[in-house]
Amino acid sequence: MGELIAFYLLAGIAVATALAMVITRNAVHSALFLVLNLVVVAVFYLLLGAPFVAMVQIAVYAGAVMVLFLFVIMMLGAERVGGTTGLRWQVPLAGALGAALIGGTLFAFLRAPAGLAPVGSPPVPFGDPAAIGERLLTTYVLPFEITSVLLLIAMIGAVVLARDSGPEGK
Amino acid sequence: MAPFLVEAAIKSLILVLLLLTGFAYLTLAERKLIADFQARIGPNRAGPYGLLQPLADAVKLFFKEDFIPEYADRVLFVLAPLITLIPTLLIFAVIPFGPELTLFGYRTRLQLTDVHVGVLYIVAVTSISVYGITLAGWASNNKYALLGGIRASAQMISYELAMGLAIVSVVLTTGTLQVSGIVEAQRNGWLIFLQPVAAVIFFITGLAEIKRAPFDLVEAEQELTAGYLTEYSSMKFALFFMSEYVKMIGFGALMTTFFLGGYLGPFVDLYPGLGVVYFTLKVGFLIFVLIWLRATLPRIRYDQLMSLGWKVLLPLSLANVMGTAVVVALTA
Amino acid sequence: MAIREGEVQEFTLEQLKHLVSERALRGETVLLNVGPQHPSTHGVLRLLVELDGETIVSVVPDIGYLHTGIEKHCESKTYTKIIPLTDRIDYLSPMSNNLAYVMAVEKLMGVEVPLRAQYIRVILTELQRIASHLVWLGTHALDIAAMSVFLYCFRERELILDIFEMVSGQRMMVSYFRVGGLWRDVPEGFEEAVRAFLKLMPARINEYERLLKRNPLWLQRTKGVGVISPEDAIAWGVTGPSLRGSGVNYDVRKAQPYSSYDHFEFDVPLGENGDVYDRFMVRIEEMRQSLRIIDQALRRLPRGPYITPDRKVTPPPKEELAWSMEALIHHFKFWTEGFSPPPGEVYHAVESPRGEFGVYINSDGSPRPRRVHFRAPSFVNLQALPIMAKGGLVADLVAIIGSIDIVLGEIDR
Repeated sequence: MGELIAFYLLAGIAVATALAMVITRNAVHSALFLVLNLVVVAVFYLLLGAPFVAMVQIAVYAGAVMVLFLFVIMMLGAERVGGTTGLRWQVPLAGALGAALIGGTLFAFLRAPAGLAPVGSPPVPFGDPAAIGERLLTTYVLPFEITSVLLLIAMIGAVVLARDSGPEGK
Repeated sequence: MAPFLVEAAIKSLILVLLLLTGFAYLTLAERKLIADFQARIGPNRAGPYGLLQPLADAVKLFFKEDFIPEYADRVLFVLAPLITLIPTLLIFAVIPFGPELTLFGYRTRLQLTDVHVGVLYIVAVTSISVYGITLAGWASNNKYALLGGIRASAQMISYELAMGLAIVSVVLTTGTLQVSGIVEAQRNGWLIFLQPVAAVIFFITGLAEIKRAPFDLVEAEQELTAGYLTEYSSMKFALFFMSEYVKMIGFGALMTTFFLGGYLGPFVDLYPGLGVVYFTLKVGFLIFVLIWLRATLPRIRYDQLMSLGWKVLLPLSLANVMGTAVVVALTA
Repeated sequence: MAIREGEVQEFTLEQLKHLVSERALRGETVLLNVGPQHPSTHGVLRLLVELDGETIVSVVPDIGYLHTGIEKHCESKTYTKIIPLTDRIDYLSPMSNNLAYVMAVEKLMGVEVPLRAQYIRVILTELQRIASHLVWLGTHALDIAAMSVFLYCFRERELILDIFEMVSGQRMMVSYFRVGGLWRDVPEGFEEAVRAFLKLMPARINEYERLLKRNPLWLQRTKGVGVISPEDAIAWGVTGPSLRGSGVNYDVRKAQPYSSYDHFEFDVPLGENGDVYDRFMVRIEEMRQSLRIIDQALRRLPRGPYITPDRKVTPPPKEELAWSMEALIHHFKFWTEGFSPPPGEVYHAVESPRGEFGVYINSDGSPRPRRVHFRAPSFVNLQALPIMAKGGLVADLVAIIGSIDIVLGEIDR
């Protein structure tokens, strides 16, 4: 019972912060709502009995990634979106796509009541660090390596781009 | 209410009270020690040996005008000091201050909660503690403060990786993510001897994380007047001040726990109460070192800070993790 | 546009636009107002700094916040009564200011100064140089956040101020030199006090040097920072340790010896790279050389009068007033009317702790000068700040301001 109340409360906050993030005009506020949203999601993981995933979520997303976001926003002084000129055509498109997504989800739920059935409780050491580590380096070693190579490429790309546009590049 | 909750409530209350008075006297201790380093006398007017100085400071700050700049982002400006202080206090939840002992016939651990991913919890909480400072800098709508805020986030991004990797070496060596487990694993020898490189990296990055000299670029009064603190006054300033000193204690506590054997020491099994004494002594020593460094060292420059973080500490900590992993794999 | 008296000239934005770059007007760079109230501007200096991130695009010094009108004020005072005003120009080296001024008047009037007075002047101005450099070292280190050095330096400076108080009755605003000599002879115990200081100081200077020179953080913050080439330094008229840091051998004490400086042996320390570190080392070494000069002057301190017997610039001794009518009249005239140098103009420069401190006096033959001008080294040296700071970081700016050792009282006069 308590868990259910907690879930609905958190779900409400999660949806509210997500909406606020999209609606807010100020980029810094937007980023902060995203942080809040990520933290709430971390609490969901806690409720599911996966503290490891929850802590990683906070450390990586709410911590490192979002700090970087804020850093860039502040550094560029881009916190205020100047008007809506460049984005105007995107508004109806975004609305339509969002509606399609909600519609699709509702359709799935309504047509297949089995989707609402409990999926069964997760294994007891769910999201256990040792288990995750083992899976990552055995079963999922290929995706893991591909991801890391992808990140490396992205990083090199970023460095190359930054170099060329910089004053010392030429 | 469940006895578990009562226990947690009592423990947190004691912890918060201790930290807040500890912070007050830490300010006095710092001022006295720095005075000694600089051949001065230091505060000695309020009460015997200046012992009432923290109280006088508190009263003074309380009666100062609580100023909010006109073009500040009011909500964030008010929230920022709280966002800074809360994560700092949260760290202490997983730090074991002493071994398990029986108190009034109730067997308990001198630790608020012993999460089995305690180390990750620490990393997570420290990673969000920078928001307060960054936001304070941005919300003030002041160029000095903004520079301070930007420095804070850059500094934090650059040093957290190396710090995390230093902690990974500790975890690899002890084989546990539980904080009490790390302490217990040091019964045969402190980790500072097993992992000297990680200890040094943790110390340096820790200094940078809590923004103490020589890494106090975020406030750097000679350059940025007071950095992110420029527009803050009264109790909001006091909250920042408080979190800064609580961070010092927190840093001491983490360093002690990870590398200096936590509460361990001679006869701690016979008299578990001694654990608290050892712990306090070790933390006190580390805080003394912090104050000593502040009295001695010039401040590092922004670009030097970055290159130290990315070009020296990060590769070093990576190499250390690799080395540790190889040794652990070979001996296991 | 002619400006009438009492009218304030208003500047429009258009007139000031040339101070910053095009990018600043487009909002691509940040204009940061540093000072006049700022912890590291060494007084009320205002800098308009244009920043690209943390990199300095340009620096525009804005002065005048400490304008005291000393030069104008001099025109309404007799020659003797100007001396206390000169204390307040560069308030960290009143002895040097006094010396430059009284020597200019002596030059104008052709007054011979007794050797004893000359030697005592040398001892005191060299002590002043050490005191001034101690303040510089302390504040410079404090700017780079090595805060303990600051208090150590002030501890030693106190000893010098004690000596000053002993001879003049004042710790800072000494007004001890007079046209023709000194206000009075040095009191008993002066030589012992200076000897004690000479004995203590070398070890202390070594200590500060070690404290900073062996600190990698200090070296990183000072080496290669705020470089100025010898050509630029000369072109901008930089003098003093800031010039010698760039390797230019110019010291007024050697170039145009005054007050018997040619009687003493000392070296002029020079830098090589013209960076903050070289200026730091030059000043540290200068303190040692000053100790050397003081030591020689004290050993060879001759006996004799402390002021010229020339009654034109010296009031008659007090005891004479009791029996000599002429002396009484002269005393009265001297203190009410003052003395009148011949018409003409004169310039005399001394090596103050900050550089060439020159005094220009234009006399019309009356007891008050027609015009007095001070060539303040800080004012000239400050002009080199934009060259040194360009391309550096915000943190370098405070290190550079510290390294050129400006005193705002001297800049604004």
